[in-house]
Amino acid sequence: MIKEPFLEIENLEVHFTTRSGIVHGARGVSLHLGYGETLGIVGESGSGKSVTVQAVMGLITTPGEIVAGDIRWKGRSLLGPRGKELLQKIRGKEIAMIFQDPMTSLNPLFTVGAQITEVLRHHMGMNRKQALSRAVELLELVDISAPEKRLGQHPHEFSGGMRQRVMIAIALACEPQLLIADEPTTALDVTIQAQILELMADLQQRLHLSVIMITHDLGVIAQLCHRVAVMYAGEIIEVGDAGDLFDYPIHPYTQGLLRATPRPDEVTERMVAIDGVPPNLISPPAGCSFSPRCRNARDSCCRRPSLVSFGSNRRVSCWCACEAPGVQE
Amino acid sequence: MEELNTTGSSAKTEHDDPLVKVEDITVHFEGGRTGFWGRKRLLVHAVENVSFHILPGETLGLVGESGSGKSTTGRAILRRVPVAGGRIFYRGRDITRIETANLRPLRRHMQLVFQDPYASLNPRMRIFDIVAEPLIVHGLARNSREATGKVSELLDRVGLPPDAGHRYPHAFSGGQRQRVGIARALALNPEFIVADEPVSALDVSIRAQIINLMQDLQAELGLTYLFIAHDLAVVRHISRRIAIMYAGKIMELAGRDDIYENPLHPYTQALLSAVPVPDPKVQRSRRRIAYKGETPNPLSPPPGCRFQSRCPRRMDLCTRQSPPMTERSPGHSVACWQ
Amino acid sequence: MWRTGWRERLQNLRSLGLELWRDKAGFTGVVMIAALLFMALAAPLLAPHSPADQDLMARLKPPVWSEKGTWNHILGTDHLGRDVLSRVIYGSRVSLLVGAAVVLVAGIFGTMLGLIAGYARGRADNIIMRWIDTQVAFPGLLLALIILAVIGPSLITVIIVLSINGWMVYGRMTRSAVLSVRETAYVEAAEVLGCNSRRVIFRHVLPNLTSPLLTLAILEFARIVLAEAALSFLGLGIQPPATSWGLDVSSGKDYMFRAWWLVTFPGLAISITVLAINLVASWMRLISDPQEREKQFARQMAARGRKHRRKEAAVL
Repeated sequence: MIKEPFLEIENLEVHFTTRSGIVHGARGVSLHLGYGETLGIVGESGSGKSVTVQAVMGLITTPGEIVAGDIRWKGRSLLGPRGKELLQKIRGKEIAMIFQDPMTSLNPLFTVGAQITEVLRHHMGMNRKQALSRAVELLELVDISAPEKRLGQHPHEFSGGMRQRVMIAIALACEPQLLIADEPTTALDVTIQAQILELMADLQQRLHLSVIMITHDLGVIAQLCHRVAVMYAGEIIEVGDAGDLFDYPIHPYTQGLLRATPRPDEVTERMVAIDGVPPNLISPPAGCSFSPRCRNARDSCCRRPSLVSFGSNRRVSCWCACEAPGVQE
Repeated sequence: MEELNTTGSSAKTEHDDPLVKVEDITVHFEGGRTGFWGRKRLLVHAVENVSFHILPGETLGLVGESGSGKSTTGRAILRRVPVAGGRIFYRGRDITRIETANLRPLRRHMQLVFQDPYASLNPRMRIFDIVAEPLIVHGLARNSREATGKVSELLDRVGLPPDAGHRYPHAFSGGQRQRVGIARALALNPEFIVADEPVSALDVSIRAQIINLMQDLQAELGLTYLFIAHDLAVVRHISRRIAIMYAGKIMELAGRDDIYENPLHPYTQALLSAVPVPDPKVQRSRRRIAYKGETPNPLSPPPGCRFQSRCPRRMDLCTRQSPPMTERSPGHSVACWQ
Repeated sequence: MWRTGWRERLQNLRSLGLELWRDKAGFTGVVMIAALLFMALAAPLLAPHSPADQDLMARLKPPVWSEKGTWNHILGTDHLGRDVLSRVIYGSRVSLLVGAAVVLVAGIFGTMLGLIAGYARGRADNIIMRWIDTQVAFPGLLLALIILAVIGPSLITVIIVLSINGWMVYGRMTRSAVLSVRETAYVEAAEVLGCNSRRVIFRHVLPNLTSPLLTLAILEFARIVLAEAALSFLGLGIQPPATSWGLDVSSGKDYMFRAWWLVTFPGLAISITVLAINLVASWMRLISDPQEREKQFARQMAARGRKHRRKEAAVL
């Protein structure tokens, strides 16, 4: 089922100018997200997943630069001078973002209440009383007990998991339509992570939120996401429905990643690793970026593959997949 | 448990004498002062009455979340933090109150692999110097030149390219830096390595590489590991036995498969159910065991079981007395009144 | 075998030089400092006269571009007929010498104490910090006067006084830097390996303090130049017939309205020196922070890009 795209990213290219050369952070990334969908972007460090969403939120600054491609929100571009104006209006309001480290995302000098009400008063034009009561509602929404008391406390009085809930509350303050979560649970303990993920699944259902979840943990994806995009070396190498992708991963990297993820319910004597390291993005390889590490690497891999459809909802960027039956170009 | 002789370390250990043994150790940290004029000292009860042993050549996985005291326990064994109570034995020798002069030779036998590959290597030193330093410090080589052979061998053994030596840490990825850390820990041919969350800061596909490396090295060199982690999934492959810690105490200690197939302590059950499985059908149909409540305040833990504030099976006894570790089946002990 | 090729070192130097060239402010500062150094070292060759040479026939001559100026005394003469240009050139020797000497003496002493305080903690830390606190509270000028009364004013006295007044800042800065460095994992790793304290301090802690220390030293250099000028101005430092910019400003102030050049040129020399040092310090601080360095590089590249595009547009 194809939903009307909410967010469209087309051929995004992001460059970072460094003394050692130009780092190609994103190399032709194309994604789309529909209303009420949860898209998971999974990849290792340096895969370009954070860069992509930072580009959406307009957070790419010197030494980074968006050099090509387009980002469209509800059909309107977010790039260029008019796009920047639009972005200013919708950032925080229609699209909200939460980050990995809740300890540094909250200002230690101000109370939590002050930080939530600031957003409400700035974006929604509420007065103090309205903002405070809405803040209480928000804290209840994210399952924080005794919210009135909590509003008067400072961030250091909250535990890591609670702080992340506060971050979610602030992000949801303006009733956004899209929530971008950049590794929100990576820094949290596993039992707290489980709580936060459940909260997010619950909120997603209740508020009909679209969510982009960035993580390196396939377990998190499995819990929360309808669709998954796998990124490697600045490009998307596979994208499809979550259940389908986990059952039948096509790209060798996806297969490797699944095998390398340890499962508590499985017994193996030895973990299966992917040999080698991701390529240097300063001079990205001309051909398939995964081929140096790929078991099935062949001559055709010296040309860079593009995403081709495979079945109804899957797209893979791999020459081996192209030759398999059932592929539509 | 038979009496261990505490005479010389020159006594040959039989294969069922533990290499490392901790008995009832307690570690407290200064937590600030309170009261009028700051007379009352606050203590952080980081580790409380922890006991376990590790046999030569085996890996004990020590799993706990933040604040559980697992890192502190590792450092206590290495004598990096003072121990307020209890005893630590290495090769049958009591090293709890060892003097500095005797501590140095002991360092050759026990080493540490750090969690953060980015912070554990001196950014101003070349890889070669980092790995050669233990040799120089302990007099096994007088200068860098003499250490060349051994350093090359170590770098090769951990899978680093031969020209890695003259470069600086910033030129390497997280996984490669962790290999350097392992090479450094191996330089003195230690018997015992405390690995403090060695793969937590690494990407998933690199974790497997490093854990496989550690397993290979263990088989090759007969190493004994204390593998500290917060992730129950990661320790499964490398550990023979696993201990679960919570709020400074050990809640359960069992053989690897026992913990996963038959977890007895409510906390272990919660921990296991919280690890997300990379399979949507399985993950979404799981019923997670969730316990409300907060972790106890480390400055003033309540009497009784540390898990009482979150335990659904709490009885009256649990709030009064702390349960001891009792063996439920061979090799499987739990600290629970149930 | 493990040593970096000299080729690599040369390449690093070259890219550093290019970065400096593109940062106009920093480059200007470095050029000015280099010129000052040259001036100080080659003073006897550059100065047209000896600074102490009195020419009573040519007293209070204005600079060459004024009505009564001569090429013999390009920047004019003072009330004793001494050439201002020569005095300014020779004065640079004093400023640079005092600056370097004080930075070395105060810097080494302060850093040592800061290292001990930061690493050892406990009683040593307390004693050293209280010593610093006490000395900082003591008025510097008073101390100068006391020492002066005992030793008598001279170049050595200036160095001693400024060193005694100036080491505390190194102590405090080093201590706080050590406190943060000693919590890092690599310091813990060194201790776990069995390194003794001395090795940890000199091999692991100190090398990681060099960039903040260097920046501090350079800024202190600027402050010392000013402080020496102030002391000499007050008559507590360099004594005539020796030259010092501060001294010249002092003797020139009595003639300020008749002979503006007596105060202006030594004063300008002081200002330019201090400005140059601050520009270099700014650049060095940028270089020592890798993130800022990358951002600066990106900005320079972007600016070059714009320049090229403008050039191309102009050509077409």
